[in-house]
Amino acid sequence: MNPYHRHVFVRVATILVYFFLYAPIVLLVLYSFNASRTNILFEGFITSFGPLKMQGSLVVQSPCGPFHWFCELAQNREVRLAARNTLTIAVISTLVSTIIGTMAALALQRYQFSIKNFAQASLYIPIIIPEIVMGIGILILFSQLFELLNNAFQLQGDARLSLGLGTVIVSHIAFSVPFVTLVVQARLQGFDKSYEEAAMDLGANEFVTFWRVTLPMILPGVLSGALLAFTLSLDDFVITFFTTGPGATTLPIYVYGLLRRIITPQVNALSTIWILVVIVAVLLLQQPQRRETR
Amino acid sequence: MTEFAVELRDVVKTFRTPEGTLLNAVDHVTLQIRNGEFFSMLGSSGCGKTTSLRMIAGFEWPTQGEVFIAGKAMGHTPPFQRPVNTVFQNYALFQHMTVYQNIAFGLEMDRVPPAEIKRRVGEMLELVQLVGLERRYPRQLSGGQQQRVALARALVKMPKVLLLDEPLGALDLKLRKEMQLELKAIQQKVGITFVYVTHDQEEALTMSDRIAVMSKGKVMQIGAPVEIYERPSNRFVADFIGESNFLDGTVREVEGDYATVYVPALNAEIRGLNTGQVRRSESVVVSIRPEKVRLSSQTALQNNSFVGRVTKSTYIGADTHVYVDVRGYLFKVWEQNKISSLDPKAYYTIGQEVVVNLFPENTLILSGM
Repeated sequence: MNPYHRHVFVRVATILVYFFLYAPIVLLVLYSFNASRTNILFEGFITSFGPLKMQGSLVVQSPCGPFHWFCELAQNREVRLAARNTLTIAVISTLVSTIIGTMAALALQRYQFSIKNFAQASLYIPIIIPEIVMGIGILILFSQLFELLNNAFQLQGDARLSLGLGTVIVSHIAFSVPFVTLVVQARLQGFDKSYEEAAMDLGANEFVTFWRVTLPMILPGVLSGALLAFTLSLDDFVITFFTTGPGATTLPIYVYGLLRRIITPQVNALSTIWILVVIVAVLLLQQPQRRETR
Repeated sequence: MTEFAVELRDVVKTFRTPEGTLLNAVDHVTLQIRNGEFFSMLGSSGCGKTTSLRMIAGFEWPTQGEVFIAGKAMGHTPPFQRPVNTVFQNYALFQHMTVYQNIAFGLEMDRVPPAEIKRRVGEMLELVQLVGLERRYPRQLSGGQQQRVALARALVKMPKVLLLDEPLGALDLKLRKEMQLELKAIQQKVGITFVYVTHDQEEALTMSDRIAVMSKGKVMQIGAPVEIYERPSNRFVADFIGESNFLDGTVREVEGDYATVYVPALNAEIRGLNTGQVRRSESVVVSIRPEKVRLSSQTALQNNSFVGRVTKSTYIGADTHVYVDVRGYLFKVWEQNKISSLDPKAYYTIGQEVVVNLFPENTLILSGM
């Protein structure tokens, strides 16, 4: 064992990293149990169960006890709608971008074509360009395109194309595809074509070879890509902000809206649930990879 | 039904090198592989042996010429429609499937009924001695066991021809020798034509019924192991398989099966077997294996005997490798240690004078090409 791992610098660095990474999260979770409505300082837990009782800005008794803010949240129709929108967007954009991204990675690995170098380089452009620039770009694109189509087809009322769930999904797919492609490509680096040749040699045509051999073998990479796309979509604020419309509010947009009015511990409660969901998703999706590396 | 399991007729495979030039990886190869034969393609890397195998399997298509399997022209028939199966160099076992699933894969593709799949996979597991390991995954097996799974997976379909691409390359020496014998035994038991690609001459000599020695995309010689070693048809084969002493010369006389060659390096004539069908005044190569050169203290022959001096002697257990300088030409001589002795003199000493005897029946006259 390397003796340097006990060096004081290593220890201090480790502590600092963990502190700055996790202290905010711990605080955030703690504040979701705050008795104080203004949520500026932590003023203790809500300890007694019973009909709601307030003392100034302090909640002293709640039907849900310490989980007061979670109950409040559950009764909030706007939050439920935002959560549903967020999940709908994340699931659809993950599915579509995983399929497109995997296909792109396979094509880039095995075929030679004239724009191959360009196609490979263009994967990095959406990753490098500041998200806000992408967001504005997508907004301009959609509004110009919709105006053109609305006028061309004389669309009226509800039939008029406008920003909403659809535009958010399309833009999420657009920024997720490069991430999925790069992750799957990394997995394909070690994928020898002899596995596919073996399958064909044993009588499998191209289609069966893909389903029975290629896909199962690159599945860990595909799942990592999907997980990345899913979390990117769940988190996304900037691009969603520019492409969303009425009725298509997502959780990050909703939280931002709340912050501008008052930061009640409801926001923390929402964040706590969110963190839990993401942690569970990550743990579940890491299972196949762990088996692979054993 | 033709007597040939595989036939290559004037096959050429051209690749584009990274520099943009064209290279014939396989250069006008014609060969016939008989039914039930253990046939090896032997050569160093880049000689075209693997490309030839891949063209039989259907992973590559010939640029020119035609591959026949069981008398049928293959054209652009895809691998999954050819009556051949392959054992890959890296085994290419499906990592996400158990041993059983790997072996059953090919039968499932042929829609064999489940009961029959079970029976045939069971038979294969027995043949390759893997009974009891069918539920393991490939990564839980040793190299030798993985090799057996790869063999069973390809054999279970009972192909007309089994192609093996250096299947023993990754195994250690001892295991490799065991597997050589086992492969040969399995081949004789199932009676399937084996086409075996290797760069290991000993492996090819041990297992094959016939060997094709290849170099730079061309077939240099095809023959049984004994023919390849004892009657190489050219200098390349004599040099590639085993070792040889080579002496350049010009034919002086041809009489019956023998020819007499003037060798400038020794300023002498050497008589040898005219295996190269050479003619008078032709430029030729005289070739003699180190173990077939005989050393003596006195001249044993009228011709073909030369006095020389030992310049180096290496004891290597069963043999002693003696290097003898004759008029500036260095002969390699492998002397068998037939007598047990601790006396260094028994194994030749540096500076010792000896007579090098080249018996004409052991000396081959090869055409100089």
